Amino acid sequence: MNTFFQHVLNGITTGSIYALIALGYTMVYGVLKLINFAHGDVFMLGAFMGYYVAHALGLARSPSVPGAVLVMVSSMAICGLFGFLNERAAYRPLRRAPRITSLITAIGVSFFLEYGGQMAFGPDPKFFPQVFPKHNIQVGGVSTTNYQLIVVVVAVALMGGLQWIVYRTRFGKAMRAVSHNFEMASLMGIPTDRVISTTFVLGSALAAAAGCLYGLAYPKIDPLMGIFPGLKAFVAAVLGGIGNVPGAVLGGMVIGVVEEFTVAADPWVWQSIGLHIGRYKDAIVFGILVAILVLRPSGLLGRYEPEKV
Amino acid sequence: MTEPRREFKLTEGARRAGKPPGTLLVALLGLSLHLLLATGCGGTGGAGGPADAVPVGEYGSLTGETATFGQSTHEGITLAAEEINATGGVKGKPVHLYTEDDQSKPEEAATVVAKLINQNRVLGILGEVASSRSLAAAPKAQAAGIPMITPASTNPKVTLVGDYIFRACFTDDFQGRVMAVFLRKNLGVKKAAILRDIRNDYSVGLANFFAQEFQRLGGTIAPDVSYSAGDADFKAQLTAIKAAAPEAIFIPGYYPDVGQIAIQARDLGITVPMAGGDGWESPKLLEIGGKSLEGCFYSTHFFAEDPNPTVANFVGKYRTKYGRTPDCYSALGYEAMMLLADAMNRAPELTGRAIRDALASTSGFVGVTGKITMDANRNPVKSAIVLEVKGGTMVYHGTITPE
Repeated sequence: MNTFFQHVLNGITTGSIYALIALGYTMVYGVLKLINFAHGDVFMLGAFMGYYVAHALGLARSPSVPGAVLVMVSSMAICGLFGFLNERAAYRPLRRAPRITSLITAIGVSFFLEYGGQMAFGPDPKFFPQVFPKHNIQVGGVSTTNYQLIVVVVAVALMGGLQWIVYRTRFGKAMRAVSHNFEMASLMGIPTDRVISTTFVLGSALAAAAGCLYGLAYPKIDPLMGIFPGLKAFVAAVLGGIGNVPGAVLGGMVIGVVEEFTVAADPWVWQSIGLHIGRYKDAIVFGILVAILVLRPSGLLGRYEPEKV
Repeated sequence: MTEPRREFKLTEGARRAGKPPGTLLVALLGLSLHLLLATGCGGTGGAGGPADAVPVGEYGSLTGETATFGQSTHEGITLAAEEINATGGVKGKPVHLYTEDDQSKPEEAATVVAKLINQNRVLGILGEVASSRSLAAAPKAQAAGIPMITPASTNPKVTLVGDYIFRACFTDDFQGRVMAVFLRKNLGVKKAAILRDIRNDYSVGLANFFAQEFQRLGGTIAPDVSYSAGDADFKAQLTAIKAAAPEAIFIPGYYPDVGQIAIQARDLGITVPMAGGDGWESPKLLEIGGKSLEGCFYSTHFFAEDPNPTVANFVGKYRTKYGRTPDCYSALGYEAMMLLADAMNRAPELTGRAIRDALASTSGFVGVTGKITMDANRNPVKSAIVLEVKGGTMVYHGTITPE
């Protein structure tokens, strides 16, 4: 039973990082109907910014909690700025172009970040410093660390903050209006360009936060680290219902827990049917993507909306 | 104010009612394109060498996931080449080294070796450390009839690619046996778990040899779980391992993964010793894993504090040149270059065939990692060293010689 809860906790930790990334996919899709494939690489950028800020502050040698907060906030700010510039330079000029053009551009931005990152940061893995003291925690038979708990708590807090912005603020209302009907929103005087820019800033800042949390939990970071978490977060966003904020969170958690239990079930499945199911972890995640597109294309929480002519 | 894509919706959306949203399909297309492109890029510039030199090619992971493997090997090879040239070269001609970076990717290894053969016309090839990469490149050398010496790929399959492929290290059937004997007899472990990298020929091979021998010695393996190179989260596997309560965990992986696995194992409250093979050897291992690796063991080819004068001499020269202590890959790189030069000097002429024959007849060559005699499968028979992580550094624990 303890082992079960241990697996659940592990799954939720990974899942909350996927969820943070998935939020960026889903928000941008919501307002622009664009899958921003560069989003996973913004996550990588966030981790590297956190790494450099932490080293600049000397946190590797003298870890401190305020320092850790500063690392995360500055990484979010830098990536938010990057998100703004990215939208301005790469996507805004293509607003009238067919969707496929923007999508290909997103893939271009993704490559720019991956290979530009190899040039700027070097292609070798780097190791994210422990920015504040780490402790082991035992609750019942479940072992964890304050790091793992902080990852979950910070991720949930950020998701709550986003939920508040989207549903309780003037900007959130504008964002939902743009998402609902772009033309009508702009006719009603909503500054759609500004809404879109802000959406990119928010999404990129969340990805940066995810990058820093990832760095804490799994200290090895490299310029190509964003590819797989990015793709899995994309699956999470589709699973939850792309364009749907709570759906992205749910999707992220589900993917994290499914991955965990695929590996956890390996010894039993191997004994009963002679298959190492844990080796198919990634295949199962992408299998979910295929299944959801076939069976319920609008996702778990998405509403079924036939497109009108 | 920008104009939204009204026309697009009219033409594209019309037929889509009730089907998956069009953008998602396009996105899937993009996703596959992305993966396709992400797996095949890279390359390095060409080089021109002096006409009157013996061209030797080296390929290694100078960058990427296991960068310290390639860098250490390169330093060892460079040191050996300089020494050879300072003492008269090969048949009176200097050795010219062409170095290619494979970025720690098997497909890149095959490409750069083809380049070394076709463009640089090398007479011998040195590389790689990782067995997956040596296995990807070896068929190119074999087909071209250019002898290749892998300094440190321990998977037995590597030299079985063909009669032009040699190695300067022991093989995993020996290394796996060494660690099985060590855990079972020296540490008295009855039940060991295995955590292997399923995408790595070296890891899978070593895990199998270890399991075979450990069970033969009366031990049990439970559980035998796996991860994929590049994974960051090992907690699911480790939780399963913890539940089975083994007395040791065998992790035949490479140092970046091993370091992270060790941290996560200790986070989960697993206190039993971990053990592995020469893939652990890197100056970065302790930088990553730190205190979590305390009390863990691994087998390797070389120990820099060895009082043997050949070793002490090499370590001294290496420290003078690079300002750091050589690891086993530096030593094996040095060894491989020396083996090749020795064979070239003994060969009647400088052709692939003649050098191959001379290499195959290598006997009693005294190197820094032991005495080398090539067996029928072009593998040297050598002893292994077991190191322990103690007090934040590696200490010598014992030498195991093949019976």
